[in-house]
Amino acid sequence: MNNVRWLAILPFLGMLIGTAFVNNVEPLVFGMPFVLAWIVGWVVLSSVIMAIVYACDPANAKADESDERADR
Amino acid sequence: MNSALVIIFLVAAFSLGLGLLARSGKQMTLEQWTVGGRGFGALLVFLLTAGEIYTTFTFLGGSGYAYGKGASAYYILAYGTLAYVLSYWLLPPIWRYAKQERLVSQSHFFARKYESPMLGVLVAAVGVVALVPYLELQFKGLGIIVSVASYGSISSDVAIWIGAAIVTIYVIVSGVRGTAWNAAVKDFLILAIVIFLGIYLPFHYYGGYGDMFRAIDAAKPGLLAFKPQGESVLWFQSTVLLTALGFYMWPHSFGAALTAREERTFRRNAIVLPVYQLILLFVFFCGFAAILKIPGLTGPDIDLSLFRLSIQTFDPWFIGVIGAAGVLTALVPGSMILIAASTLIANDILRGLRPQTSDETVTLVARCLAPVVALLAVWLALLGGQTIVALLLMGYSFVTQLFPGLLCSLMRNNPATKAGVSAGIIVGVATVAVITLTHSTIVGLLPFLPLGVNDIHIGFIALALNVIVTAAVSAATGPAAAPALAGRA
Repeated sequence: MNNVRWLAILPFLGMLIGTAFVNNVEPLVFGMPFVLAWIVGWVVLSSVIMAIVYACDPANAKADESDERADR
Repeated sequence: MNSALVIIFLVAAFSLGLGLLARSGKQMTLEQWTVGGRGFGALLVFLLTAGEIYTTFTFLGGSGYAYGKGASAYYILAYGTLAYVLSYWLLPPIWRYAKQERLVSQSHFFARKYESPMLGVLVAAVGVVALVPYLELQFKGLGIIVSVASYGSISSDVAIWIGAAIVTIYVIVSGVRGTAWNAAVKDFLILAIVIFLGIYLPFHYYGGYGDMFRAIDAAKPGLLAFKPQGESVLWFQSTVLLTALGFYMWPHSFGAALTAREERTFRRNAIVLPVYQLILLFVFFCGFAAILKIPGLTGPDIDLSLFRLSIQTFDPWFIGVIGAAGVLTALVPGSMILIAASTLIANDILRGLRPQTSDETVTLVARCLAPVVALLAVWLALLGGQTIVALLLMGYSFVTQLFPGLLCSLMRNNPATKAGVSAGIIVGVATVAVITLTHSTIVGLLPFLPLGVNDIHIGFIALALNVIVTAAVSAATGPAAAPALAGRA
């Protein structure tokens, strides 16, 4: 988990730093200006990355029972 | 009254009915009224926090910004995503602590963490100040929708009053549960409409997205990418960072997070919510489609672009359906914001100053304050002058000032002291207020800086000052942990 967690930095790098290097209209991607498509790509990747982080996080695996019990 | 208005008013009445229905059988204590008794499952929390994004802000503000400012609108897509990534680690510890201490609000959270009721009052005050422009923009959106859908027969001023009255009534009768049910209806409706419009308009008028963007690029070169100056890449970066950090600092988002039944809800939402953001794309497409078809809207009028183009395209009954969705996108968040603001004043500011105030009094005061806060926002909305996006960014500049203090409080050894955090928040908020009210720029004040610095969002500069002050004052007032933070700053 500890290493997988660092993947979450990628969306920040991609959107904040990366955008500076792709600030162009052409080429259009799926009809969208390139810089917009770049941001959209990172939105989708963020979901994928968070799914990986979630799957590798032990807190989500064993929390099942204790959370249920805490509810009652 | 035309068919568009009939549909809009039927939907408003329906949502009011849902709010009343949701209330039945529940006794309204303060915890019940504000955080729904902490019993919401994943779906409702999802809708409350996700529904949050699909407010008037995106529906009218997002399309308007795409229409008027082009690429600058892209920031809206980026900041929510980064905020959700952060939420994976930020929200569970907040929720755990709040549950353990039975806290219902953000300001109680600060007050307990820093053992300082006065800091709690300060945090609540910042929250109220930030919420007012947010509420104002919902009312402004309502005004636009109802008046445009009435084809001019209802003035936008009257429409603002009608909308404010509906929001206030259902907040008073049902609290947050009413909001949650309406959020479900609203999300479904807005999803369908935005996707439809975002596909139909570009294809109907231009034959496709590529053709639409090529036409815009030819007519207005430079609009579709960030500008070299002004709303440049630097503006984008600082604005996205500011708003991503501030995303959960809103008293009502914080409050929505507390409604969860278990902490895994947040982690699961962090996976789904970024993709859910993509619906914003269709909102942008509507705004872009309007650029060449409804030319000439400027200033605050850019927020009208989606509706003007729809009116030119569709029959009145369909304008009614769009308008109804738009009305819900203002009513639902509007009611949450109103709950948050009136609860803040009653439960956090009033009780912070007079701790002996009873629960009954606080609940009563909160309910009585709802119309007062609504009136204030109506008054500001009637004054007008700002675009919807500008209003929200102003709110963000204030509310993000709470982030450093919150982050420090979650660390095992909190490096910040209550004096440090208070001083930091005050300096941050004062910076935003002074720069905004005097209409000055950073380089105007400090001429030795390069001109590009002006593009950095003012809220971000205030945040930097805030961090420096928090670190310095904490170093001066806190004995043990001080060197660590000072070193980092």
